[in-house]
Amino acid sequence: MSDMSNAVVEKYHNDFLKEVEAHVEDGEWVKMCMQCGVCAGSCPLGDHWAHPPQELFMMIRAGKREEVLTSDSMWMCTSCYNCIVRCPRGLPITHIMHGLAHYAHRLGLAPEKQPTRVFAKLFWDNITKNGRANELKMGLSLYFKDGFGNGIKEAMKNRPLGQAMMKAKRLNPMEFFGGHGVKDKSGLHAMLAKAREIEDAKLEQGK
Amino acid sequence: MAKKEYSFYPGCSSPKGASASNLQVSVDAMCDALDIQLNEIPDWNCCSASIGYGEGGELPRIALSARNLALSEQHNPGQDLVATCAACWLATREASERLRGSDQLMAETNQALAAAGLNLQPEQPQRVRHMVEVLIEDFGFEALGEKVQKPLEGIKIASYIGCQTNRPFGIDGESFENPVYLDKLVDILGGDSIPDYEKKVQCCGGALMFSEPEKSQELVKGILEAAHDNGADMIVTPCPLCQMNAEVYQDQINATHGTNFNMPVVYYSQLMSVAYGKNAGEAGLDGQIIKATKLEDIAGK
Repeated sequence: MSDMSNAVVEKYHNDFLKEVEAHVEDGEWVKMCMQCGVCAGSCPLGDHWAHPPQELFMMIRAGKREEVLTSDSMWMCTSCYNCIVRCPRGLPITHIMHGLAHYAHRLGLAPEKQPTRVFAKLFWDNITKNGRANELKMGLSLYFKDGFGNGIKEAMKNRPLGQAMMKAKRLNPMEFFGGHGVKDKSGLHAMLAKAREIEDAKLEQGK
Repeated sequence: MAKKEYSFYPGCSSPKGASASNLQVSVDAMCDALDIQLNEIPDWNCCSASIGYGEGGELPRIALSARNLALSEQHNPGQDLVATCAACWLATREASERLRGSDQLMAETNQALAAAGLNLQPEQPQRVRHMVEVLIEDFGFEALGEKVQKPLEGIKIASYIGCQTNRPFGIDGESFENPVYLDKLVDILGGDSIPDYEKKVQCCGGALMFSEPEKSQELVKGILEAAHDNGADMIVTPCPLCQMNAEVYQDQINATHGTNFNMPVVYYSQLMSVAYGKNAGEAGLDGQIIKATKLEDIAGK
């Protein structure tokens, strides 16, 4: 467990629900779940979750910190918002899943090679570099996420698709050499650094 | 009707050479026909979409949208902010609502914005709207129908709205489970809608198409299959990610599942551009990987 993770366990004296309420986006809603399971039945990838949302909520209340934060489950969220609009108690379930995934990632507890975790990090790094998405580099970095050999294999497998996209002028090979972005990169980077600084300070202070 | 102006957030997939450049081309043609002027937000940035949460925390993500909101208010005051991309619209509207609902979040966000020399005023926020809302609410189906020059006769079209144009906000007055506005639009443009198309609001996998391709392609297979079974000639959608996910992986889906899909997937703005008399190029039809032949035929008439 990371130092930061040990520090929060210490702070909340093993009360995981309190920890989630304090640090997970929309975590204060978790206790409102009435275990009806509509979220699980509404999820397009429901079959692939080891623990559907209502189960994660109960596990949080039961203090199963490690099982929840090391789980692959919340990374299955496609952000379809079905659970949000159907939840009879009005829990912002999609946001809580995003929040749990982010918190687990932040503490270094999320499964290391979980593909959506890997992609989410690649995506964030990609868009914040120039302020806009570089679709070509996003695709390439994703192919090469499991090393060079596998990257070549993936790139070859997806070559017809890439060529079709280029032919339709929906993928620009020139993006490899920089690509589009905002003009005020330094302002954007300073803004994001400040936002991160404010969040880090809150996590350390336990607010 | 007088010219209508909006502050416009085009998003990362819209520029020339990007994955939804054909959406932007056709939106421009559609706006030309409807006398809509889109004033691009200067120096807009990515909204971080629905996958930015993994690495980006709440405040950095809100700050990204807040920067766009601040630039829009500063450069295009008094106009509604309009997006054509579902994820752009969702992220921006959600950020706007969260910011206006929490003084603390607004204060922290303004602290971050100050580092970029920007500031967000809590009072009188711009409305954040989807282009489809603009069409339905500011024009209405009757007015949209009056512009039709070439009815889309003989084309059967499955309306695939997807997730994020529909949830959690959706279009005012429509249901989450069975929205009908896209069917109505197909009908007023002279096409044949499929009101009972059962995969209208089914998820395409979204960003997980990149990280969980097998699982997501199985979802898309269902979307295509239902359109095919209902006799659709093509699928229409308002969402750039739905469009891409439903169109470009059909070869891979065919290889995996032994199917034989070759289903064109177009944007509502492409249908409108063609019906309003624009040519195939203006409607962005050269951007289709699976050619929408029936639509090209009408555009070429």
